[in-house]
Amino acid sequence: MLDHTQVLHVARLARLELSDDEVGRMAAELSHVLDHIEKIRELDLDGVPPTSHVIDVVNALRADVPAPSLAREVILAAAPERLNDGFGVPSPGAA
Amino acid sequence: MSELIDLTAAQAADRIGAGEISPAELFETYRQRAAANELNAFTWVADAAPDGDGYAHNTPLGRVPIAVKDLFCTEGVPSQAGSRILEGYRPPYTATVVKQLAEAGAPLLGKTNQDEFAMGSSNENSGFGPVLNPWDRTRVPGGSSGGSAAAVAAGLAPWAIGTDTGGSIRQPAALCGIVGLKPTYGACSRYGMIAFASSLDQAGPLTRDVTDAALILRHMIGRDPRDCTSLEYPGEIELPKADDLNGIRLGVPEDLTGAEGGVEPGVRDSFDATLKLAEGLGASIEACRLPHAPHALSAYYLIAPAEASANLARFDAVRYGLRVGGDEDLATMYSRTRQVGFGSEVKRRIMLGTYALSSGYYEAYYGTAQKVRTKIAEDFHAAFEQFDFIVTPTSPWTAFELGAKTADPLAMYLNDFLTVPMSLAGTPAISIPSGLSDGLPVGFQLAGPAFSESRLLDAAYALERAIGFDGSEARA
Repeated sequence: MLDHTQVLHVARLARLELSDDEVGRMAAELSHVLDHIEKIRELDLDGVPPTSHVIDVVNALRADVPAPSLAREVILAAAPERLNDGFGVPSPGAA
Repeated sequence: MSELIDLTAAQAADRIGAGEISPAELFETYRQRAAANELNAFTWVADAAPDGDGYAHNTPLGRVPIAVKDLFCTEGVPSQAGSRILEGYRPPYTATVVKQLAEAGAPLLGKTNQDEFAMGSSNENSGFGPVLNPWDRTRVPGGSSGGSAAAVAAGLAPWAIGTDTGGSIRQPAALCGIVGLKPTYGACSRYGMIAFASSLDQAGPLTRDVTDAALILRHMIGRDPRDCTSLEYPGEIELPKADDLNGIRLGVPEDLTGAEGGVEPGVRDSFDATLKLAEGLGASIEACRLPHAPHALSAYYLIAPAEASANLARFDAVRYGLRVGGDEDLATMYSRTRQVGFGSEVKRRIMLGTYALSSGYYEAYYGTAQKVRTKIAEDFHAAFEQFDFIVTPTSPWTAFELGAKTADPLAMYLNDFLTVPMSLAGTPAISIPSGLSDGLPVGFQLAGPAFSESRLLDAAYALERAIGFDGSEARA
């Protein structure tokens, strides 16, 4: 079961603002889903290695050769706010 | 006009090659049908056929236009992944598979609607409204590639591509009465696909028949230096030609098709009838075990949200997309933009994934799910020692009514019960229409070992001919 405090903690980790209504619904819905999912914790998985990827590729490195990237103007064209030659953002401290 | 849309894509390509129909006429016919868009299947449709440049006359795909799921980046063309957080976003580059298909002669017809960031099984999670099922417009087309599936079924596009993370190609293909194939993980480049769960996402075809699926898959595979998880495909994708299934061993996993999967009686009947046809074609059919497969759904709904929570961190209102709260401090801007820009299912999965990865819970949830994934992959490996293919219904039920499952996230997740195990194992699987149940299409799924696509397509082709499914009603 997730309580409201846990939901708010996870939302803060996820950088997600939630309304009071959303917090209540999220607590109920996530608890319901987790109740179902938790069945896998009953399986005997001692000594089983974890799988993060199904294909056996290790250190897929390309040759370290410089190549042109997309032009700065092209990338900045989609920015919500442009500041000179970079992305503009509000101050971390300002409010 | 009506004769044109009754051609499969391969037939249309042949007619174009023989000079019997013009590619411009074919494009315009489909462009108009797509633009009329009564099913809300498209989020963007091309204004006109591309001019001849780059689309030489003798191309493998015959200049037959293709519909592309919204989450594939297409240069200068809206690519929004079904999300309001990316509304109006026009990327500066094109996804590798879309580029490969264009180079092989399939120009872009339009972008198709989908569940937001591919999270959903009904298309009701799109930020741009739900897609309607052409067989019954009060019902869902499935998801998340529901726009691609509905467009092909309704004859709004000759063929389409989508992506499959836990069933997002196969399930909508089943619910719309068309063919959908999820390739082996690593067979196709993921470069330019807006990521959901990177260890599971695969691009694949949604087509009117098995031959069309083979034809486009040929041009989607291959290693891409821009996706370090893509692989050199061993061999080629052959065009299917099998008349029979002599010597083919089919395994029916009762762990999935038994009571727990909740397969509807009408779906069960169609599945059993298809097994009889397979037997008639020379296949042997036996029960097989996938003992951990019933736990696949639980493992999936930890692994996929965990990966999604990391992938979706990039939507931060800095480099592209929506910005809300730009007058506040930086952290408030992040969290407010994401509150407004993401839909409720996306928020739910971000929360679930973040929780599963958080300190104190990581080992119990994400770590356990990764171990279950190992056991599931071992189950498939063992089954393929004895069987050529594993067969199940694609979806436990036919297309359900709009709104029927939106109130209960867990009920919606159960849509994926029969498709998620193959996704976790990374194996290829195809869904073909096996008939109708109360007037709605039923899908039959065949799964094979890694890189068995050509054999899988061959078996599906033999079955397709024996089934003789008629999808013309959905194009009427």
